[in-house]
Amino acid sequence: MSLPDGVQRRSFDGEVALATRGPPVYGEPVVDGWRRWDPERSKLGAMLEKGVETGLTGDETVLYLGAASGTTVSHVADFAGPTYAVEFAARPTRDLLDVARERERLFPLLKDARAPETYAHVVEPVDVIVQDVATRGQAAVALDNRRFLNDDGRLLMAIKARSEDVTRSPEAVFDDVLDSLETGYEIRNRERLEPYHDDHLALCAEPR
Amino acid sequence: MTDGTPGNTGWFEGVEPGDVAAAAAAIREGSAERPRNWPAEAVETGFADDESAYYETLKEATIEAADAGVTEREQADDQQLIHAVRSMDDCERTANELAERVAEWAGTRFSEAGTGIEYARELATREPADTTERPLIGLARRVADLADEAAVLRRHVESTAPDIAPNLSALAGPVLAARLISLAGGLESLAKKPSGTVQVLGAEDALFAHLQGSAPSPKHGVIYTHEYVSGTDPDERGSAARALAGKLTIAARIDHYSGDRRPELDAELDERIATIRSRGEQ
Repeated sequence: MSLPDGVQRRSFDGEVALATRGPPVYGEPVVDGWRRWDPERSKLGAMLEKGVETGLTGDETVLYLGAASGTTVSHVADFAGPTYAVEFAARPTRDLLDVARERERLFPLLKDARAPETYAHVVEPVDVIVQDVATRGQAAVALDNRRFLNDDGRLLMAIKARSEDVTRSPEAVFDDVLDSLETGYEIRNRERLEPYHDDHLALCAEPR
Repeated sequence: MTDGTPGNTGWFEGVEPGDVAAAAAAIREGSAERPRNWPAEAVETGFADDESAYYETLKEATIEAADAGVTEREQADDQQLIHAVRSMDDCERTANELAERVAEWAGTRFSEAGTGIEYARELATREPADTTERPLIGLARRVADLADEAAVLRRHVESTAPDIAPNLSALAGPVLAARLISLAGGLESLAKKPSGTVQVLGAEDALFAHLQGSAPSPKHGVIYTHEYVSGTDPDERGSAARALAGKLTIAARIDHYSGDRRPELDAELDERIATIRSRGEQ
C-alpha cells in the first residue's frame, strides 16, 4: 500500500517512523521539517503504520469527527486539503485552536458530531471522513455524517469497543457496529489496531 | 436563516465580508440540512474574491467562533460542577442521617442490628417478614439508593473537575477542587481570591468568631481534608495549610486565565510540604 503524498517514512534517531511536514504541535521530534507521527497517539497513524489500504493520496478535503486536542488532525491538515475538525468538548478544543491557528486550512468547529445539521452550513462536501469519536453510537454518527461524503468519498473510522459496551467482547461489539454501518456504507477493509490501540477496529468504507 | 422554510444557506449568507463577529455568530448559531459547495457559492455571490480568500475568512471565523464557544462553555461548566458537588454532599449527608434512623429503628426489632450505611444496605436486600417490617426495610432501601446516587455524583465530579480546573484538580484532588470552586461561587471568583482567603474557605464560622475577638484565627478551612494538611504534624499544620493554599490559588488562576496544565506546580508543592514536614521532625 502507498502512503498519501505528504506522508513519508523518515529516520528519527535511527528509527524509521511516519512523518508529515508542518509546525510542531505536541513536542514530537522534528527532523528537517518533518514531524514524527506517533501511531500510539493516533488511530489514523496506526492505520497507516499497519499498512491498512486507506486510499488516501493527499490533498483531499477532509471532515474529521472527534478531533480532540488536534494531535492527529494536525498531521491530516499537513498532507490533506481543507480540513474541518469537529470536537464537542471545550477543554481539548482549546488545544485544537492552537493547532488550527498555525495551519492555513484547518477549521475548528465546536460542534456535536451527532448533530450534523449544526455544521452543514459550514462544511463543504468532502472526499474523506475520518471518525474517531469515543461515544456510544459510533455507527449512528458515521451514518448521520454520510451526507458530507462525495459519491466517490471514503470513511476512515476507528471503532472503540469500550465506548459502546465495556461488558461485551470487542468482537461482538464490532459485529453490531459493522451491521448497522452496512445500512449506509460498503465496508472495504478492516483491521484491529493492536498493538498501538487495544480493542479498536479500524475500517475503510465507501458510501452505498 | 429564519425565513420559516428549512433554509439551506451557507454561514456567510447575510454576513458582511470583514465582519468577523457576525461571521463567528453565524457559524455558532446557524444550521443547514445538507452541505453544499460553500466555497464556490461564496465566490459566486461575491462574499469572497476567490477560494483562497474564502478559506482565509473561514479560518478566522471558525477560530473566533470556537474560541468564544469554549470560553462560554467553560464559564458555564463550573456552575454545573458546583451543583454536582453540592448534590453529592447533600446525598451523602442525608444517607448518613437516614442510616442512623434505620439503625435506631432496627435495633428495636433485630438483636443483631448494626449501624451505618453498610447495615442499611444489608437490610435493604431482605424481604420484609411481615407488614410491620415493610416500612423499615423500605427506608433502608432509600438509604442504599441515596448512597449509590452519592457515589455516582462523586464519580461525575471526579471526571468533570479536571476538565474545568486541571491544575487545581491535580493539586487538590477533584473533589476538594470542586468544593473550593463551590465555596467561592465559581472558578473565576476563586481565581480572584487572595491565598489567605482560600486557606480559610469553609471555616467562615470560625473566621467570624475570630473577627469578633472571641476566638483564635482559623488555620484552615475545607483544605483540611487534603492529606498535606491533615497528615502534617499539628505544630506545622498552619504552615502546611498556608503553603497549600498558596499553590491552590496559583493553580486556580492558571486554570481560569490560561487553562493549560502545568505539572511543575505539583512538584513545587510536594517540595514545599516536604520542607515544612522535615522542620517538624527536628
